[in-house]
Amino acid sequence: MTMTKRIITNLLRLIALGATVAAIVVMVTSHQSAEVFNLTFTAKFSNEPVFKYFVVAEAIACGYTLVVLILSSRSLLWRLIVILDAVMTAVLTSSISAALAIARVGKKGNSHAGWLPICGQVPKFCDHVTGALVCGFVAAIVYALLLVFSLYSALGPVFGVKP
Amino acid sequence: MAPENNAKPEPGLKMVPVTKPKGWVVLVLRLLALAATASATIVMGLNKETKTFVVATVGTTPIKATFSAKFQHTPAFVFFVIANGLVSFHNVVMIAVNLFGKKLDYKGLRLAMIAIFDLLNTVLVSAGVNGAVYMAELGKYGNSHARWNKICDRFKTFCDHGGGAIIASFIGLALMIVISIISIVKLAKSKSNTPLLGEP
Repeated sequence: MTMTKRIITNLLRLIALGATVAAIVVMVTSHQSAEVFNLTFTAKFSNEPVFKYFVVAEAIACGYTLVVLILSSRSLLWRLIVILDAVMTAVLTSSISAALAIARVGKKGNSHAGWLPICGQVPKFCDHVTGALVCGFVAAIVYALLLVFSLYSALGPVFGVKP
Repeated sequence: MAPENNAKPEPGLKMVPVTKPKGWVVLVLRLLALAATASATIVMGLNKETKTFVVATVGTTPIKATFSAKFQHTPAFVFFVIANGLVSFHNVVMIAVNLFGKKLDYKGLRLAMIAIFDLLNTVLVSAGVNGAVYMAELGKYGNSHARWNKICDRFKTFCDHGGGAIIASFIGLALMIVISIISIVKLAKSKSNTPLLGEP
């Protein structure tokens, strides 16, 4: 791979790494206690299985990005890296899709099921989770761009495009 | 004559040219994926249950209220229906192109476009089914910390149908992954002049 391609790929991977790390850190540190009628109820990310899945999926993508950044000098595994880029894109989109679905219920409630929104009682927790989801969304988009660029640079001649 | 006799191959051995794969494996897989995603779309799209509950008792007369559970109440299920519908449409188009449009091509990029579209649709169905499965888990088990009650004990048919649709979509996702792998392998094999074992 030429120098510019390597720089662009590594830059995209660094951005994705930063986004996944930020998503994990912000989600894990989100907790708030609220007092409602003398009962304290704590909102933590671990109370909700979706947010646990979000953290795990982002951690997998973060670990993979770290490994690829460290091994980026050896390009013998370039086909495996392209394949795993596609897999990671799917993992990241699935995690953000699931977390967004539940976060919307938390923010707006679901009147048909009788589920009240909780953002009124724990606004700080809601803001934290929103930040984590934004980072996760950025990570998913950057990974999609990375996948397109990896396909273009690594498999260009196969797709009939001059890289 | 003598050198020609040496050059002739033995009568038992024949040089058989390598035939291209017939492509029926991918066709069967696409039909199965189409069945899975189409059934997921239809079952979730027609998912509706209405029930009357006794809400309160005033004196001796019970007050009844009618509640309905529809898939449109949850945006995650709406996205699930739309995503599976789009993937079913993609599979229909791919089957049609495979059966009837063997000569269709665009600047020699036919196999590349098939591979790219398969990858895109794999990601799409992955996002759709994962968004729906956690809403279904919330409906089945509730969340005691947020005071969200489960609804599956009251709307059992709705939950069963939704669960079936999600299982079908997961099967469709697995099949789409296999189809994507086969499409990419076909694409890589077709460009036999590209060095597959070298540096990019």
